[in-house]
Amino acid sequence: MLEIGLTHYLTLASILFTLGIFGIFLNRKNVIVILMSIELMLLAVNINFVAFSAFLNDLVGQVFAMFVLTVAAAEAAIGLAILVVYFRNRGSIEVEDINLMKG
Amino acid sequence: MIIQALAFWLFAIVLVAAGAMVVTARNPVHSVLFLILAFFNAAGLFVLLGAEFLAMILVVVYVGAVAVLFLFVVMMLDINFAELREGFLRYLPIGTLIGLVLLAELVLVFGAWFIRPEVAAAITAPAPPAVRVPNTVALGTLLYTRYVYVFQAAGVILLIAMIGAIVLTLRRRPDLRRQRVAVQQARSRRETIELVKVPPGQGV
Repeated sequence: MLEIGLTHYLTLASILFTLGIFGIFLNRKNVIVILMSIELMLLAVNINFVAFSAFLNDLVGQVFAMFVLTVAAAEAAIGLAILVVYFRNRGSIEVEDINLMKG
Repeated sequence: MIIQALAFWLFAIVLVAAGAMVVTARNPVHSVLFLILAFFNAAGLFVLLGAEFLAMILVVVYVGAVAVLFLFVVMMLDINFAELREGFLRYLPIGTLIGLVLLAELVLVFGAWFIRPEVAAAITAPAPPAVRVPNTVALGTLLYTRYVYVFQAAGVILLIAMIGAIVLTLRRRPDLRRQRVAVQQARSRRETIELVKVPPGQGV
């Protein structure tokens, strides 16, 4: 209980990742909350990277966590830009309305 | 040791609670605020793990930029959020089921994790002792030498994301009156001023 090992961090990260997936299922209509859930999942991945980096005493994990951070920031910017444009054109952000491309 | 363990449990519990509130909060503004709380706690965990630079980056980039971007978008869009929550209870059972299955699988995979002794031979960039070289210096030394091309690629990704966001959201608004400098500069006296000889007592 008081000895914090790698398993603790991995379990925490998996709980957080599951919460992200749960959020995507729960908020099927709200794109903003879906994007936030994706951010949570990326955060869980980052916790995994940093935990392995610390317990293996290898710095590469932290370098890659930084790149994950970069990609997450880019993804959030593009996703929110698409969301703003979509709202401007259609006046709604419901996922069920997003069917212009017949996907 | 005991302080570290207590800090871990504090950060972990608040992190999971904040994450749960992000996905279940009624108001998206509250979701964003709980997301910020989650990021702060993750930064605390990173400090516990000895990754101070990443912790600070997490606070600066995520809390300072990404979360504020989310907050702007949530507040700018005029959305009826109550309508968006319809079907919340309908998706609750299947979401819970899938979440529990996934969590059980992940815990089964990770729960028995240990690091084999052979792994120590495969470490690519061993971290120098933290008392001698600070985490930021060690990370920078690695990032600007071995991973310099990947670092540049990350910069290109950010540049493309910036250009993409601007291109997507920029629009020409035809109803605006804009200053047209070229037309202003091209005016000459001949086409703008007309001298009219007005006879006295008759008007134009």
